[in-house]
Amino acid sequence: MTAGGWYEPGSTPLHRMPAGWKFLALLGLAAAVFVLRAPAWLAGVCAAVVLGYVVARVSPRRCRQLLGTLGVIVASVFAIQWWLLGPGPALVVCLRMVAALAAANLFTITTRVDDVVSAVERGLRPLRRLGARPDRIGLLVGLTLQSVAVLSTIATDVREAAKARDAHRSITAFVVPFLVRTLRHADELGEALAARGEGDR
Amino acid sequence: MIEFEGVGHRYGERMVLSGVDLRLPERRVAFVGANGSGKSTLARMINGLVRPTTGRVLVDGLDPSHDGPAVRRRVGFVFTNPDSQIVMPTAGEDVAFSLRRSGLSRRERAQRAAEVLAEHGLDGYADHPAHQLSGGQKQLLALCAMLVLEPEVLVCDEPTTLLDLRNKRRFVDLLGTLKQQVVLVTHDLDLLGGFDRVLVLHAGRVVADDEPEPALRRYRELAG
Repeated sequence: MTAGGWYEPGSTPLHRMPAGWKFLALLGLAAAVFVLRAPAWLAGVCAAVVLGYVVARVSPRRCRQLLGTLGVIVASVFAIQWWLLGPGPALVVCLRMVAALAAANLFTITTRVDDVVSAVERGLRPLRRLGARPDRIGLLVGLTLQSVAVLSTIATDVREAAKARDAHRSITAFVVPFLVRTLRHADELGEALAARGEGDR
Repeated sequence: MIEFEGVGHRYGERMVLSGVDLRLPERRVAFVGANGSGKSTLARMINGLVRPTTGRVLVDGLDPSHDGPAVRRRVGFVFTNPDSQIVMPTAGEDVAFSLRRSGLSRRERAQRAAEVLAEHGLDGYADHPAHQLSGGQKQLLALCAMLVLEPEVLVCDEPTTLLDLRNKRRFVDLLGTLKQQVVLVTHDLDLLGGFDRVLVLHAGRVVADDEPEPALRRYRELAG
């Protein structure tokens, strides 16, 4: 299964923190990480994020999962940056990446999508006067997150089907069925939303 | 009650339904027919997903083409592929999504969702990632997402096509226990024993309208 990066129920302070504030904190952290240049400071931020994992009691399985994904990305970026810019800047770039990605992952693990959607709706409510539809934007956010899981499932299916026909090196054998199934999914999802009354108001 | 009055439908040049006149007061109705016979189109007209090009459809006297929202509050719809019906990451959130305009608080919505899941064989799955459920469980989830709205009619378009035999049986047995009127579009003929009325569609027309046994005999003849 592909949808491994979702919410894990819990009752730690990080789980209970309101989704809107948590999201702003994540944005703040990401911005800070890109302003900071000193490796010591960046290492401090990384340590704070790791502390967040401890506070949220993230399961060892999820931590290993993150380390696996992050390890590959960071190692390749570090190698390229070292080659282009030298070891100092490479370290800074990688510390920034680790802090931002690990914090984003922590957000996903500790926050229900439903709460994110509600927070977006609440946060955008003042824009209603300008003609915006916060409930629509909230739904859009929810569906976007959901689509990541759906598309990766379709991609896996299509890749397996191509492999079964010994066509795993052909780009068209992947792209064509992937697009067809994605578009069909979009049609079906639209129908299902209409049947559940979305767009009726 | 669901009524079709002289209903016809064409997609471009192709006529997919013509001259359908039906009154469906029975509690358990099935549409049966070959691929492309028009049965799914007919079912989609009940909640206004498809509009007839001729004639009209009435649900309790309301025309889905004009009163779509009011009809969709009465009519729940379950599709073939549960993956396209699940719009939220966990089972509980997906059922609660149906209630987002009910005026209930978030806590009440979550609680109501958990209750409905528990009543239909998904007890304890509220926080479970929806896409990691089995095929049968996903279809139960899609059903729960409709039932939580307490519709009067439930239309199911080949809901068991992607399920194994055991899950097909479970799903149809569950349909049998519902208080709703059920309109089932299906290819699984051996599941129709408890139905009041079976309509056989062929090339856009109703060619048999009877109790399950004689209707299905006619369908088997048509299939050759």
